[in-house]
Amino acid sequence: MKPEALIEFKQGADGLEIVGSGAWTAANAGRLDALVEAAPRREERHVKFDMARVREFDTYGAWLLERLLRSCGKDLVSPQGLPDRFRALFDKVHETNRRGVSPGIRRNWLLGGVEKIGRSTEGAAEDAVRYVAAIGAFATALGEILLNPRRLRFTSLVYQLDRVGLRSVPIIVLITLLIGAIIAQQGIFHFRRFGAGDYVVDLIGILVLREIGVLIVSIMVAGRSGSSYTAELGSMKMREEIDALRTMGRNPIEVLVLPRVAALVLALPLLTFIGSMAALYGGALVAWFYGGMDPGIFASRLSEAVSISDFEVGMIKSPFMALVIGIVACVEGLKVKGSAESLGAQTTTSVVKSIFSVIVMDGLFAMFFSAIGM
Amino acid sequence: MLDLNTSLAIRLNDLVVGFGDKIVIDHLALDVVAGEIFGLVGASGGGKSVLLRAILGLVPKRQGRIEIFGVDRDSANPHDLQELERRWGVLYQQGALFSSLSVFQNIEFPMREYLDLSPRTMREVATAKLEMVGLAPEDGDKLPATLSGGMTKRVALARALALDPQIVFLDEPTSGLDPIAAGEFDALIRTLHQTLKITVFMITHDLESLRTVCDRIAALADGKIAAIGSMGAMFESEHPWVRSYFRGDRGRSLLRRAAS
Repeated sequence: MKPEALIEFKQGADGLEIVGSGAWTAANAGRLDALVEAAPRREERHVKFDMARVREFDTYGAWLLERLLRSCGKDLVSPQGLPDRFRALFDKVHETNRRGVSPGIRRNWLLGGVEKIGRSTEGAAEDAVRYVAAIGAFATALGEILLNPRRLRFTSLVYQLDRVGLRSVPIIVLITLLIGAIIAQQGIFHFRRFGAGDYVVDLIGILVLREIGVLIVSIMVAGRSGSSYTAELGSMKMREEIDALRTMGRNPIEVLVLPRVAALVLALPLLTFIGSMAALYGGALVAWFYGGMDPGIFASRLSEAVSISDFEVGMIKSPFMALVIGIVACVEGLKVKGSAESLGAQTTTSVVKSIFSVIVMDGLFAMFFSAIGM
Repeated sequence: MLDLNTSLAIRLNDLVVGFGDKIVIDHLALDVVAGEIFGLVGASGGGKSVLLRAILGLVPKRQGRIEIFGVDRDSANPHDLQELERRWGVLYQQGALFSSLSVFQNIEFPMREYLDLSPRTMREVATAKLEMVGLAPEDGDKLPATLSGGMTKRVALARALALDPQIVFLDEPTSGLDPIAAGEFDALIRTLHQTLKITVFMITHDLESLRTVCDRIAALADGKIAAIGSMGAMFESEHPWVRSYFRGDRGRSLLRRAAS
């Protein structure tokens, strides 16, 4: 089927005649747009319009007609023959786009790059201030709770403990068990070549208790619980719930942040312990089935290989990891602005930042412990 | 087939919608005439929004028939459904603007999806729409989070009108606006109705909008249409809920003002 003609340009002796017909609607807007653009420019000559045969007309048709009129320099002339039922719409559209859309400011790409660096530096500085302020506010709230323990939101604390502690046990046990098993398998496989297969127990024991247990658990908690803290606080911020709390004279740090961070600080050592045990268990299973080491021998070698200080090193680190994860998650959550996009961006930032901080902290702790000889 | 020349824009027959044990819409029948401004009132939580969402196909119905411009969602082919979805615009109660897009991008979104237009034309038509709903072109680059309640509603209306729909559904268009802004919004709906020749289906609680804007009103009570007709018919209805709604203190004072 041949599409109907929408517009015709008739070159007459006394000037240009523009004849419109058919449906000047959204469905034909693309075609009409091209036709209007292709219109001969005849500003100086006489232009006549005949719109009587336009059957349908909507805002798109009205705007393209208006654009055609303006391009012909006939701004003040109305299109002859436009059926009356379309007149009101045309008059309405005729009034629009008068001021012209201001073009966006064009930026030099070099200056733009410098500007970006400047802005992110500024952002980093603001962030540093924000984090110091958050730690301060958290410490103040904690101090007030310690002076007046009845202000502690016990229900909220228990609820958060359940969420971030108890409910993450299955996944943490599963992952750490697998990691322990993988380390044991690799250890046995490589140590065997120089007949030192039994030393895999030392490897697993020290590695898991000192480093892997706490690291894996912290990273998982940052991904699992830190992200949900950020998303929760962020959407509360978006819906003005935080402001509502504040106007009721309640400090959001005390009501929302403190129970969450406290729950993490309590839960993470427990999870670290459970995770470390699961990793050792996974290692023992692999040593038994793959390395042929009896579980009894594994246990007795383990008790020789590791000292209590290895265990302590892992456990001492865990509440600090929890503190970092909790504070990063809450600060990023409170930074959320109005849009859904910013909620997503802050949640990502929260997870990336907390995992990064956990690993940096772990490095600092390693230096500290070797300096004090633990 | 989508029939735009039909005299009935919406035709509901024996419609039943429920959740679990609860029947929200109970064997409801309703016709909306093409080209009219139709107002739906009802108690909060009485199923107005559910009815709207059922018409839009957002909640499943249990029974009955929903026809919009002669298209029944159950038996329509995908092409007709697409065509239908292009011919309606919806103004949600909270605006439901895409928060990560600017005002212009929000209005241009349906155009980008359905029409093949140059960016320049899209921007110009979007500007025209923005000015038609009473905003300035400068507002186009703002993000939804920075808009006031009244502006959000106007932008949402501009987006609902982006494709020049045949019918727009408005869910409490004036709720949350001050009386002046609400009055202006009512006037805007009237003007756009006249210039664009659209059918308007609006849910509202605002007695003033019902009186000034709507051609016909239906009162929804207990999942059924309790009364339907002009404002006068509402005042005459003997249904207990309709009586307390229209002849309560606020309704009476409105009537007095209308009379004087």
